[in-house]
Amino acid sequence: MAALIALLAVLLVSLAVTLGIGSVSVPADVVLQVVGRRMWLGDFPVTPLQDQIIWDLRLPRVLAAAAVGAGLAVCGAVLQSLTRNDLAEPYLLGISGGATVGAVAVIALGVGMGTLGGTVALTFGAFVGALGSLALVLLLAVGRAGTLPPTRVVLAGVAIGQICSAFTSLMVIMNGDQQAARRVLAWTLGSFAGVRWESTGFLIAAALLGLVVALFFARDLDAMSFGEATATSLGISVAGVRWALMVVTALLTACLVSVVGAIGFVGLIVPHIVRFVSGPVHARLLPLSLVTGAILMVWSDTAARSLAPGQEIPVGVVTAIIGSPFFVWLLRRARSDA
Amino acid sequence: MRLQIEDVCFSYGSHQVLDGVSADLADGGFVGLIGPNGCGKSTLLRLIARVLRPQGGRVLLDGRDLASFTGRERARAVALVEQQSATRLDLTARQVVELGRIPYRGRWPSRAGEGAEALAAAAAFANVEHLLHRAWHSLSGGERQRVQLARALAQEPEVLLLDEPTNHLDPGHQIDFLQRVSKLGITSVAALHDLELALGFCDKVIVLDGGRIAVRGAPSEVITASLMDNLYGVDADVIDHPRLPRRHLVWSGVSEGRQR
Repeated sequence: MAALIALLAVLLVSLAVTLGIGSVSVPADVVLQVVGRRMWLGDFPVTPLQDQIIWDLRLPRVLAAAAVGAGLAVCGAVLQSLTRNDLAEPYLLGISGGATVGAVAVIALGVGMGTLGGTVALTFGAFVGALGSLALVLLLAVGRAGTLPPTRVVLAGVAIGQICSAFTSLMVIMNGDQQAARRVLAWTLGSFAGVRWESTGFLIAAALLGLVVALFFARDLDAMSFGEATATSLGISVAGVRWALMVVTALLTACLVSVVGAIGFVGLIVPHIVRFVSGPVHARLLPLSLVTGAILMVWSDTAARSLAPGQEIPVGVVTAIIGSPFFVWLLRRARSDA
Repeated sequence: MRLQIEDVCFSYGSHQVLDGVSADLADGGFVGLIGPNGCGKSTLLRLIARVLRPQGGRVLLDGRDLASFTGRERARAVALVEQQSATRLDLTARQVVELGRIPYRGRWPSRAGEGAEALAAAAAFANVEHLLHRAWHSLSGGERQRVQLARALAQEPEVLLLDEPTNHLDPGHQIDFLQRVSKLGITSVAALHDLELALGFCDKVIVLDGGRIAVRGAPSEVITASLMDNLYGVDADVIDHPRLPRRHLVWSGVSEGRQR
């Protein structure tokens, strides 16, 4: 509990600090005044420009980053336990790629953008793609006697991810629509640019709902730490839990990807860091992963929008630079275990 | 609790492993399941634990079909210790033992100290109290098996199933482990390869061969020179312990004409 409160405090401070960072630097006290005024905590003297930058442009974006980081970290923690694989996460398992293909297909078909129906169609397309690619990966990776060897799962995930990205590019080129092409490009590496309040609310709701569902299955995931037979003998319906959580992680990934695109490695790193501190019991691991993922993504996005002045680095590039050395370390560890 | 197995059948694909096995195990005994490799010992245990479902026949607990139990009910009645258990997670021994309380706990983290008495009793019985703070990965094979026994006992089961529990243990740990199990006082069923251990600890043995029960009864009556010859093709004698009222098995080699 103490760890959770401490991390929440770090998250709040991170939000306040990163809100001030950008092309126009805003002091922390002004940031707090803008937010305070908007929340009717007092009539602070802030300029309309400051209000617009902080409240309309940066806050939805920073909160969206927090929500996506949180959701991906929860997905990663769940997938790692579910597949008994240290390397599992939505991006490396090809789920994010599948979601991208689904979403791009919806755009290419020209379903009305900006409307509610369009958003629903986009999320639905992403969901179908996510679930489809996850099913394919598991089908490709499953060994004799139904085992899922870790490196094979990742190889299958990377293969499916590549196929998905090829299809994504193909659809963009065939489509020829410049605007759609730009949107799609931003997606394949992930970007929080241009996220508005409506999407932010959706992302936060998705991440929190994902956490609640994952927590609902926390003790089942604990029971599965010694494999299927022990879990079954503890009264857990292993197949049921596995299916439910596969669908939920695919759905959550789809929600996140349909707004900000595929962002890798956050879901991989965060659960490992948290386990290092809190141990692997899921009732602790999941909430702490949520907050840690939020913190990591808020800072990654801040780096993405402020490291190169006047230019945006795709946030997926930042997380890949942070995450890939970690991935290599995990891969080497997995091999020495096997 | 009375455990009845009624005409249970199971096959993996076209390979029939169990072909109509029936047994009626009364309360409180320690039953050894013996037989050559692939005779269906592990499969029978997995069917009782409902890790596998019987394709014919049924398993009854106090007259009630195990198929009608919810997962929770079943886990409070039947516990399973596997041959060897592995996890990639960095659990402590205490966390492993606490897994045994899952069938009693709600979905959401509830009041602390649930099942504290059961946990303490289980840890004491399995002699793992001094290990609880240790990391699972730092434990020896014998210690791990005792921690798993404590986990299973924390389920407060009426029937304990053990699948070759002593296979990876040294002689000291083997004897210590089975001595504890034999003192439990609940119905325990263990698949055992080591007939010497079956002779030493079991109240009753069931011999499986070719998917059927070949013979059953008191260990000293069942485990004989002719059984060793028929079942394993081993030339052996059963002799008395020099000091204790116990019988022992000594082998001299593979039987004549049964050289494999």
